[in-house]
Amino acid sequence: MRYSKDITYGKVNTDILKILEKPGKIYYFLLFIVLSVLSVGVFAWVYQIYSGIGVAGITHPVAWGIYITNFVFWVGIAHSGTLISAILYLFRVSWRNSIYRSAEAMTVFAIMTAGLFPIIHLGRSWYFYYLVPYPSQTMLWPNFRSPLIWDVFAVTTYFIISFIFLYMGLLPDIAAVRDKAKGFKKKIYSLISLGWSGTDREWRHHSSAYLFLAAMATPLVVSVHSVVSWDFAMSIVPGWHSTIFAPYFVAGAIHSGLAMVLTLLIPLRKVFKLEEYITQKHFENLAKIIIFTGLIVAYSYATEFFIAWYSNNIYEQEIYKYRVIGDYALYFWIMVIFNTIVPLLFFFKKMRTSTVSLLIISILINIGMWFERLVIIVTSLAHEYIPFSWGLYRPTWVEIAILAGGFAFFALLFLLFVKVLPAVSISEIKEQIEPPRKGES
Amino acid sequence: MKRRASGVLGIFSHLDLVVKTIKRLKEEGHQDLRVSSPAPFHEIEEVLESRVSPVRFFALIGGILGALSGFALTIGTSISWPLITGGKPIISIPPFLIIVFELTILFGGVGTLIGVFLNARLPKISLDTTYDPRFSEDLFGVFVSCPKEKFHSIAEILKSSGAEEVRFEED
Repeated sequence: MRYSKDITYGKVNTDILKILEKPGKIYYFLLFIVLSVLSVGVFAWVYQIYSGIGVAGITHPVAWGIYITNFVFWVGIAHSGTLISAILYLFRVSWRNSIYRSAEAMTVFAIMTAGLFPIIHLGRSWYFYYLVPYPSQTMLWPNFRSPLIWDVFAVTTYFIISFIFLYMGLLPDIAAVRDKAKGFKKKIYSLISLGWSGTDREWRHHSSAYLFLAAMATPLVVSVHSVVSWDFAMSIVPGWHSTIFAPYFVAGAIHSGLAMVLTLLIPLRKVFKLEEYITQKHFENLAKIIIFTGLIVAYSYATEFFIAWYSNNIYEQEIYKYRVIGDYALYFWIMVIFNTIVPLLFFFKKMRTSTVSLLIISILINIGMWFERLVIIVTSLAHEYIPFSWGLYRPTWVEIAILAGGFAFFALLFLLFVKVLPAVSISEIKEQIEPPRKGES
Repeated sequence: MKRRASGVLGIFSHLDLVVKTIKRLKEEGHQDLRVSSPAPFHEIEEVLESRVSPVRFFALIGGILGALSGFALTIGTSISWPLITGGKPIISIPPFLIIVFELTILFGGVGTLIGVFLNARLPKISLDTTYDPRFSEDLFGVFVSCPKEKFHSIAEILKSSGAEEVRFEED
């Protein structure tokens, strides 16, 4: 990735630190909306805790509803952040440098949002610590054969590693902020910069650690959504019990995450005038990966139907027929069209290069991927083996409010991040531009 | 190791001059150098001939410890309350491997972090007196630790190789 020749080291600092200046009206307006939606969500959760889980629509036979949908959706969103920051780093893809910071922050915030939902789903949320292995008085330990415990380990590890990775990359940039800050701010940034001073010793160990963290995050990211998919695939519910679930979920996760990166970066670039750093080329490259992940997702959908038909298993066949023409057919078609057909528009160069179409398509994919999780979870439970126990799931206002609250929580974290820490990596952009040379030899 | 406080700092604004200066200083027998830069550069690393960072061993040891604790946790707790669930053996290795894998990565990552902290001597309470805030922007610093007597000869080398500023740091 070539940046324009006018970009010098000093300019990078000035331009990127400008993002951290006192926010404008639009920022406060967005903050106000986000906080209002979040407070509705918090109210709904408090109401649910106060009255009991009965106020949510989840009941027999559909005991997993919007909460688990959100959990799977947000863990999925996290994945493309790691793809961009770790996997593309290992492949030495140079265009990642100006977008990886926001993608990595998105990862951390998405995991934080995801982590809320199993706890909300518990109903009696204060018992969540039952999942943690600790020597208790009853001497009982978690059942390590259960996918739900794998989830706890996978998601916790993912959060900690992503956080370390994000922080490690941030260190030199926090130092850059510190060196320009004054007064109380300077104290805070000095504290969190850990005394980084850019010496050769620091850079040497830092670069080495960064490589190892990237190498560890790469298999981790594949494992996390695989484990999430096994929450379903390890059961014997038709439509869930499938060996393709792990790769299918990982591809879907990256598909949705890339769309979310676009959804976040397009306004970020516009509002903070980062056109020189986040170029149209970045968006185009992301769009090309989306075509690829979209095709994998389409193939997975097709394979599921093929398995149902070829296995000649009546329960599998019934559930897939139900998805296409049953009670939730609308959601199914949203999922198919938004996730597999809409991304194909990126084959046209015009679609990849126009900001408006990029934004619209990325939002559509986000919606489609959310519905994918809903379709997988709800239709299978609603239409299991015995027709006598079939049923329908209708979310209540509490669930919808908490759903909206989850999005607001994520948006709030991202909004705060953008104003507190450099959302574009200063030191890594410097690695890409030509260093100042006198030129005499 | 005691803090190197006595020495000469040269501030440069061009990478190639920094590399040349380091070469020259090394040739003249000054080994105790500290170079500050706004980004990592292979050129600087090469000319300094620093050893490969030992952080990788921290990652490895962390990973091995993680794997062992994963086995210990799953097998140990299953034996301590042997309850058959789903007709599966008490010690079911395949599902336990998932926990082992996650803990390997977790401990490996934390080990890497500890490795950076120990080797790069972070966190530091206060910045060195030789630090200049412009090092995080676009300037390079070459600090040569030496006794007071050598100050002028080193300053001469730094200036003649293109340093824009030269500062003396005393104990």
